[in-house]
Amino acid sequence: MTQAQLQTEANFEAHGDRPKVTHWREYFGFSTDHKVIGIQYLVTTFIFYLVGGALATAVRTELATPEVDFVSREVYNQLFTVHATVMIFLWIVPAGTGGFGNYLIPLMIGARDMAFPRLNAIAFWMIPPGGILLLSSFLVGAPAAGWTSYPPLSIITDKAGEMIWILSVLILGTSSILGGVNFLVTMWKMRTPGMGLNQMPLFCWAMLATSALILISTPVLAGALILLAFDIVAGTAFFNPTGGGDPIVYQHMFWFYSHPAVYIMILPIFGMISEIISTHSRKPIFGYKAIAYSSIAISFLGLIVWAHHMFTSGTPPWLRMFFMFTTMVIAVPTGIKVFSWLATMWGGKIRLNSAMLFAMGFVSMFVIGGNSGVMVAAVPFDIHVHDTYFIVAHLHYVLFGGSVFGLYSGFYHWFPKMTGRMMNETWGIVHFIMNLVGFNLAFMPMHKLGLMGMNRRIAEYDPKYATLNLICSIGAYILAFSTIPFIVNAAWSWLAGPKAGDNPWQSLTLEWMTTSPPPVENFETDPVLAIGPYDYGTIDDYDSFYRSLISGNGNGAVTADVPFSDPGDPTTSAGPDSTLRAKPDPSVAVHPGDRQDDQGNGSA
Amino acid sequence: MQSAIDPAKADLNHHHDATIATHDVVHHDYRIQGVIVFLLAESMIFLGLFTAYLTFRAVAPSWPPVGTPKLELLLPGINTAILISSSLVIHKAGAAIRNNNVSGLRLWFGITALMGAIFLGGQLYEYAHLEFGLTTNLFASTFYVLTGFHGLHVCFGLLLILAVMARSLKPGRYTSDSHFGVEAAELYWHFVDVVWIVLFLLLYIL
Repeated sequence: MTQAQLQTEANFEAHGDRPKVTHWREYFGFSTDHKVIGIQYLVTTFIFYLVGGALATAVRTELATPEVDFVSREVYNQLFTVHATVMIFLWIVPAGTGGFGNYLIPLMIGARDMAFPRLNAIAFWMIPPGGILLLSSFLVGAPAAGWTSYPPLSIITDKAGEMIWILSVLILGTSSILGGVNFLVTMWKMRTPGMGLNQMPLFCWAMLATSALILISTPVLAGALILLAFDIVAGTAFFNPTGGGDPIVYQHMFWFYSHPAVYIMILPIFGMISEIISTHSRKPIFGYKAIAYSSIAISFLGLIVWAHHMFTSGTPPWLRMFFMFTTMVIAVPTGIKVFSWLATMWGGKIRLNSAMLFAMGFVSMFVIGGNSGVMVAAVPFDIHVHDTYFIVAHLHYVLFGGSVFGLYSGFYHWFPKMTGRMMNETWGIVHFIMNLVGFNLAFMPMHKLGLMGMNRRIAEYDPKYATLNLICSIGAYILAFSTIPFIVNAAWSWLAGPKAGDNPWQSLTLEWMTTSPPPVENFETDPVLAIGPYDYGTIDDYDSFYRSLISGNGNGAVTADVPFSDPGDPTTSAGPDSTLRAKPDPSVAVHPGDRQDDQGNGSA
Repeated sequence: MQSAIDPAKADLNHHHDATIATHDVVHHDYRIQGVIVFLLAESMIFLGLFTAYLTFRAVAPSWPPVGTPKLELLLPGINTAILISSSLVIHKAGAAIRNNNVSGLRLWFGITALMGAIFLGGQLYEYAHLEFGLTTNLFASTFYVLTGFHGLHVCFGLLLILAVMARSLKPGRYTSDSHFGVEAAELYWHFVDVVWIVLFLLLYIL
């Protein structure tokens, strides 16, 4: 066996002694492969999204008419409490961090797996029990104090449901912390040689900021919930004013986590959107460093704005001024990102596929939510709209129009990498239109409802709000039905979609430089960066560029021009066996289907 | 050119088989970094609880609330001295294993475990002889929850130390190059120690 043959074999048979293809049974077991875990997260959390969506539909059914006619007031309280808890702790947080974070980070930094694969699996396997525990609370009387569980309300409502809520949030929070430890150490230690922090894809920067937030803020929530549990079970009075306690302390501790949680939910999405917009606009990202560092700035500022949720809780005026100021300052790094995305799209060769449509939908919807966010940051305005539907509209514009649109965008973008198959574009566009229309119908009128004075968290309302509420409910039904084309499309494409090939989007980040789906352990050798992650359109003709890289003209004259490469080491600098090339060398291609001879005839 | 590879290209790959040979051993051990990051997160729980305590204290008209019996200082003071010095002892254990001295490791870990157990015993003794219970007033509640939560961490650290001692019975389990378990237990013990110093200052001295 010559070395050359060894090389060819190594290229497509990453591990002769291990199964190359992940068996479907692994997805139901304790797998330590970050790609399996990532998909486990995504599928599990999507199921919880459907559960949370069903709860939301029930809420909107109740609110379609002013009277209490669909469910009782008590059940209504349980519905919106569990709806919010499921959507936050079981869908957006674990899908963005656990799902996409797990799947993409090792691939994007050229690592073979996460730093702690077994810990990773443990973190995932805390999610299903935590979720089932939460939903099981409906059997004994679900929590009904809102997802914020403010005492003293949470102390006097049904204790069993409240304790189940605390326990399940503690489990999910622990899972989140373990994930954060893993992400941070992975990105800190396991980047492929030659990838400095400033060569990391922007998704990794966003996840760095997110992990820091998770690690700093989630434990404080755990502390608050432990004290709350003592109040409920042991009869202490930490948050109970009748025993000398202070409910405001709970609010501070709760929002010290739950405001950063907003950024835990949106930062990974920001990162994904940076990847998607640059790839599908075929343009280098505008302001790489500005986007990267603004994630860190958001992460830091996100930790010092929490009391803007408490402007009406007797917070002293000087403190309100401080939190109003810091909150408004967050609009600066966020605006930097938005303008950078727009500038990236400007003049680009935009592909209007489902992923890009959702990304553009994300930017436009998120900007609306961001604007109403600056509005409610202003103390006088916030006092006026506090606990009204204006807040409900604002938070859904950032969490649904922001995070969920972004997650859908990510699904469409990385589906070919995860499954090796393309999704159907037509149904993707149908899905997008239903989402956009349904979403705006459901939540745009809530701004007006809030300004008219309709309170949130009530099952019945003044008949003068009836028309707008009916529109909201119709929008909610469209949203509920919009999941059907997506589920059918994803399931059908996974089983029988057209083959995607390694790099259907001609993307330049490392996850596209291996097969689709990637083999166990991702890369045969440590990938060496030959080109920046967003150097789209900097070369007129990719074909001839890569051909010149492959053949060279003697001794690496071309590779020397390529950033980050090592001209002294042609094997690892975009040479024929580098795992780093968007276009595989036809003669040694990783994917057997791409192998051709020089005349372009397939030889496999 | 058919699918066979041009020898000139293959030549460039001469060091590639070396990579293949080492393929499965390049998984580096970053567990100690993981422990450090985890302990930073863990310290945030305590920071949150400490801040809550300070807020309760700042908001209350008098602290501790009128009628709370004074805390005895002698026993907790001795306890504190024991716990702080155990940090020095466990450091000796780390030094021993870095010199490949497994019996030294066991000796110093054993002494640390003993000191930790004495600390816990002292704590329980104090609980049994205090004149207030968990729900007496806000100060009593914070006292029990903070010291109890810290006590749980001491328990866990004790279990870590005993587990490492048990595993060290297997020859070659811990060497001067490879002793993650020892390092992790040591770091964790130092963490528990530092938390106690802050806790002691907050609850007893301040």
